[in-house]
Amino acid sequence: METKMTETMSETKMSRRAMLLKLGALFNAAIVALLGVPIFRYLFSPVARGQKNGYESWLSLGGVEQFPAGQTRLATYRNPVADAWDGETADIPCWVRNVDGQKFQVFAINCAHLGCPVRWFPQSNLFMCPCHGGAYYQDGSRASGPPERGMFEYLYKIEDGKLFIKAGEMPTPRAAIRGGGKSRCA
Amino acid sequence: MRLIQKIGGWFDERLKIGGDIREMAGHPVPRDTASWFYVFGSAALTILILQVVTGILLALIYVPSAGQAWNSLQVLNYQISLGWFIRALHGWGSNFMVAIVLIHMVQVFLFGAYKFPRELTWVVGVFLLLMTLGMAFTGQVLRFDQDAYWGLGIGASIAGRVPYIGPWAVNLLLGGPIIAGATLSRFFALHVFVIPGLLIAFVGLHLLMVLKLGVNEWPMPGRIVRRATYLAEYHDLTHKAGVPFVPYAAWKDIIFSGCVLLSIAACAVLLGPFGPSGQPDPTIIQTIPRPDFFFLWLYAVLSLLPASAETPVLLIGPVIGILVLVALPFLAGEGEKSWKRRPIAVLTILLLAVALGTFTRMAIHAPWSPVMNAGTSEPIRSQFLKGRTALERRGALVFQAKQCHNCHSLNDDGGKRGPALDSVALQFTEDQLIRQVIQGGGNMPAYGKNLSPAETTALVAFLKTLHPEGRTPAQNASRAVALGEQQDTSSSPPH
Repeated sequence: METKMTETMSETKMSRRAMLLKLGALFNAAIVALLGVPIFRYLFSPVARGQKNGYESWLSLGGVEQFPAGQTRLATYRNPVADAWDGETADIPCWVRNVDGQKFQVFAINCAHLGCPVRWFPQSNLFMCPCHGGAYYQDGSRASGPPERGMFEYLYKIEDGKLFIKAGEMPTPRAAIRGGGKSRCA
Repeated sequence: MRLIQKIGGWFDERLKIGGDIREMAGHPVPRDTASWFYVFGSAALTILILQVVTGILLALIYVPSAGQAWNSLQVLNYQISLGWFIRALHGWGSNFMVAIVLIHMVQVFLFGAYKFPRELTWVVGVFLLLMTLGMAFTGQVLRFDQDAYWGLGIGASIAGRVPYIGPWAVNLLLGGPIIAGATLSRFFALHVFVIPGLLIAFVGLHLLMVLKLGVNEWPMPGRIVRRATYLAEYHDLTHKAGVPFVPYAAWKDIIFSGCVLLSIAACAVLLGPFGPSGQPDPTIIQTIPRPDFFFLWLYAVLSLLPASAETPVLLIGPVIGILVLVALPFLAGEGEKSWKRRPIAVLTILLLAVALGTFTRMAIHAPWSPVMNAGTSEPIRSQFLKGRTALERRGALVFQAKQCHNCHSLNDDGGKRGPALDSVALQFTEDQLIRQVIQGGGNMPAYGKNLSPAETTALVAFLKTLHPEGRTPAQNASRAVALGEQQDTSSSPPH
């Protein structure tokens, strides 16, 4: 009885069917690996798209005359990369500062700390954040609070009397360094 | 009755699970585990079932689209019959679930239930906690309102701080370059498919282990867990002195679960559903985003950490926290179980509870946030204006108009970001006040460029009147000598 059992065991180990089972498993593993490639690419398409063509493009904020010299005003634009079902979330606000009629600064709405919407107070010439209490001077430099840096700034250019900014991606510290760094102007 | 038995018999002949169920129900447990301290795990399971049921009900109406989600919640709240109640049940169920899971974890920790041979049960439990918190956060996102929108912004900003892969992590989290439709869709997939699937699988595993290994015995001080002897000791506890789980212990589980469900329903009826707050329109910037209750402590930590410590704490802190929790049963798998002999364990729980409670309480008041509308909504009370000179009252106007009040309080009105100024004249002399206003410092912006000399003079004149009655304001003793004039006493308001 015992010998017979050992025989069957060893037979199974050596058998053609066991070999085929292993081959089958290997075959399936190969298929899964093959399927993994498109799945991976599908999952990471938001990253790949940003790397390849870039999300940012030149967008008009409207005529320069809307932004009087010496003032800072809220402007909004429709994000260049948007889906039909994005609704209002693709309307992005930003702060436009006309420094002296010639020079502009366009700031992202997002606080450089953790992205909350900063508000402009013309009476005290300060931007203040409602979340964690960050404050910035009118030129976007850090005034107080937890932010480690000044406000994010968009590249801008003026063509045919219109103000254009290069935008399209939510600014976060490292993305801002990759894209338009602080106070670079076209 | 006989018919029911007959039908039951017919099914069991084919299903062959009646025996297993009877064995599971009747499995012996240590007598003293039939306790009210052992009801939290089953209560968490009951709430999970409630969440699955109410979640499916909500999914019948909810539209996971950035453009429509908020509107569909309005329909649920106001147009669908009792839609508000299902939302309220799901929302309160979520809060209760986090609370019960935390209580369950504390009980398991204090009763030493994570020790040999239940290490893996604890580790699976840690993952269940993380998934529960993940459900709470993603659920808050699905309530696609202003808080959800800016909460995602905070999440993206944290992800953006990861070294090297930060920008990619942001794109991956948001599903694109900005918070928009793709973001909501992927959080919907997480909240409805990915995390619940994992959660149910892990709960099954967790339960299976509780059944196979047996429920932790009531810890007796001095009864030490040793790998070599524990299993035999536990066998004696269950098979010699044990009682069957049903009904000895199960009746308490069932009663407590019922009470929890009743409490959730009561909260839902009396307090209603959570939000949604304003529309998720980023161009509406008149908003003060706040996280849900169980993430308030995190909001406080993010506000109070020094800037330089923030990124390391944010990125490394959670990793260390999870590693400590996972490593716990492997570092302390043997030894004393009773909390009466584990003072450090008790102190750890107390410390964590006090810390989390304090942070949560602070976050409710959020003293670090400027009061954004203090300039228009919080007038300076007459007690600070009465009997003041024209210049001083002009200074009060500057104080109000230049957003000083957003960060500084007078008689508790206004912001708490900066120090209260009710008695600032006792601490600062006139020169020091001028310097502080113009140059800022100590986390205050410099106002030098934003105030005219006349405004500064008026503001400082007002600030010099801010001291308790009968106390002399701070004065620079050398000033009078240097300028060769009488000490200036006009700064005390006449009373």
